[in-house]
Amino acid sequence: MQTVATLAPAKGHTVRRRSTSEPAWVRWMLISAALVFLALFLVLPLISVFVQAFAKGFDFYIKTLSEPNALSAIKLTLIAAGISVPLNCVFGVAAAWAITKFNFRGKNVLLTLIDLPFSISPVISGLVWVLVFGTQGWLGLYENSDHPALPWLAKWLNDEDFQIIFAVPGIVLATIFVTFPFVARELIPLMQAQGRVEEEAARVLGANGWQTFWRVTLPNIKWGLLYGVILCNARAMGEFGAVSVVSGHIRGKTNTIPLHVEILYNEYNFTGAFAVASLLALLALVTLGVKSWVEFKTASLVDQQENP
Amino acid sequence: MLPGFKLSLGYTLFYLSLIVLIPLAAVFWKASSLTWAQFIHTVTSPQAFAAYRLTFGASFCAAAVNAFFGLLVAWVLVRYNFSGKKLLDAIVDLPFALPTAVAGITLAAIYSEHGWIGMWLKPLGIKVAFTPLGVFVALTFIGLPFVVRTVQPVLEDLDPEIEEASASLGANRWQTFWRVILPTVRPALLTGFALAFARALGEYGSVVFISSNIPMKGQIVPLLIMSELDSFHYGEATALAVVMLLISFALLLTINVLQWWSSRFQGQE
Repeated sequence: MQTVATLAPAKGHTVRRRSTSEPAWVRWMLISAALVFLALFLVLPLISVFVQAFAKGFDFYIKTLSEPNALSAIKLTLIAAGISVPLNCVFGVAAAWAITKFNFRGKNVLLTLIDLPFSISPVISGLVWVLVFGTQGWLGLYENSDHPALPWLAKWLNDEDFQIIFAVPGIVLATIFVTFPFVARELIPLMQAQGRVEEEAARVLGANGWQTFWRVTLPNIKWGLLYGVILCNARAMGEFGAVSVVSGHIRGKTNTIPLHVEILYNEYNFTGAFAVASLLALLALVTLGVKSWVEFKTASLVDQQENP
Repeated sequence: MLPGFKLSLGYTLFYLSLIVLIPLAAVFWKASSLTWAQFIHTVTSPQAFAAYRLTFGASFCAAAVNAFFGLLVAWVLVRYNFSGKKLLDAIVDLPFALPTAVAGITLAAIYSEHGWIGMWLKPLGIKVAFTPLGVFVALTFIGLPFVVRTVQPVLEDLDPEIEEASASLGANRWQTFWRVILPTVRPALLTGFALAFARALGEYGSVVFISSNIPMKGQIVPLLIMSELDSFHYGEATALAVVMLLISFALLLTINVLQWWSSRFQGQE
């Protein structure tokens, strides 16, 4: 490129432009193809949810959502997300701290293991809990086995009649499993990039461990943490396959919002199913909105640091 | 040295074991209670083979379509300026955020005979909903963001000088794309393909609504596992789960190797 720049300095810019970009008609063709593809595959299904949800009018919509079974499904979804998101959030911060601030053997293996739930079918994510707590499972075998695993736990569960599978605890466990990696996944690359210089400076200046974490690390990772929590929450509220395996589909008791959508759909109450589904679609839109906002925030933070 | 190493690593390992490793071990524990003959009988039954064929075939086609259009979308988002680009960039992640059950019912609705797209395909004799084609459509939807999000950063980092060098050496634009740009993004493209494929193999929620779910015809492997569970055949369900888990682990390994290869490529400049 040196030659172009020195031989034809006046024209250099246009030469460069033409050589590394496409003719206008190619550009417009590519943009149109991408737009048509995304419109057909993403935008149309999204619009369809809302159009179908209001197909029988606003009153029907409100009626469907205020039904007792719908309300209990919403409540259970909030409970499942309310338990699983904070637990996975604490885990994500701890895992990211250990992995990014220290060196130890087997780090890559640990990273792969943390990602494991992402690559496992939701149905299997539910099945594992049935195989641990179900009547045919590890702990459920207590009554008809000579050598139960963890006899004290199996006995306690049996004595207390504490049901896990086909009950709320199973739904919570399945939700925790499928949303397990989300927060760690967001925090690890972010904290890796930030290094540990600032924390070490805080320590030298006399801050203790918790002070360092609360005053230095947390403010640095807050946007990444928020994004991880938002993604984790979206998946927790929308999970279908895993929860379906452990739920038992007891109306008004063990149904989450996605399972309620399925029941209405299978009863040919399509408008009702879409009305409930529109809640989840709205959640997806909010999630995407927050994501864009967080990206905008972090981009402007980087700008500030680079050009103060 | 920073504090908290033992606490954070200890808690990480404890929670990982409790939530992921021990429950996963239960699958292999349950599978070991089957005899070898029972295991083989279950995982090689005609019904299982029909399910493998549909699952792998539809997932492969969906991942291939996503590789092509994902590269196109990533290219358009990185290289061109047009109004609404930010919105487009945000909407690409919709399949990550939209619950699979919602995707399933809305895709089934628009591709059914009277649906927005299905009504135009019906005169052409193409049926999508409740056919294997429908499974493919659902899997394409859920895998769409993977290729875009893996290729996009690599395209952004691409040094314009190598394209200029290629052009100044006499290559036309197509040659530059085919011989210079494509080899650079190939590891990322393959990673995106593998991620979309892996995700499609395990997908359940969106497919059950748009597939016919008829045994031997419209049953994907996760649905087969589900129907075995519904009839309390825990051993059979577990055997199939073991097969899927081993395939997932193999894919995960492949993806890790691909990512390592991809980062080597980026570091080479």
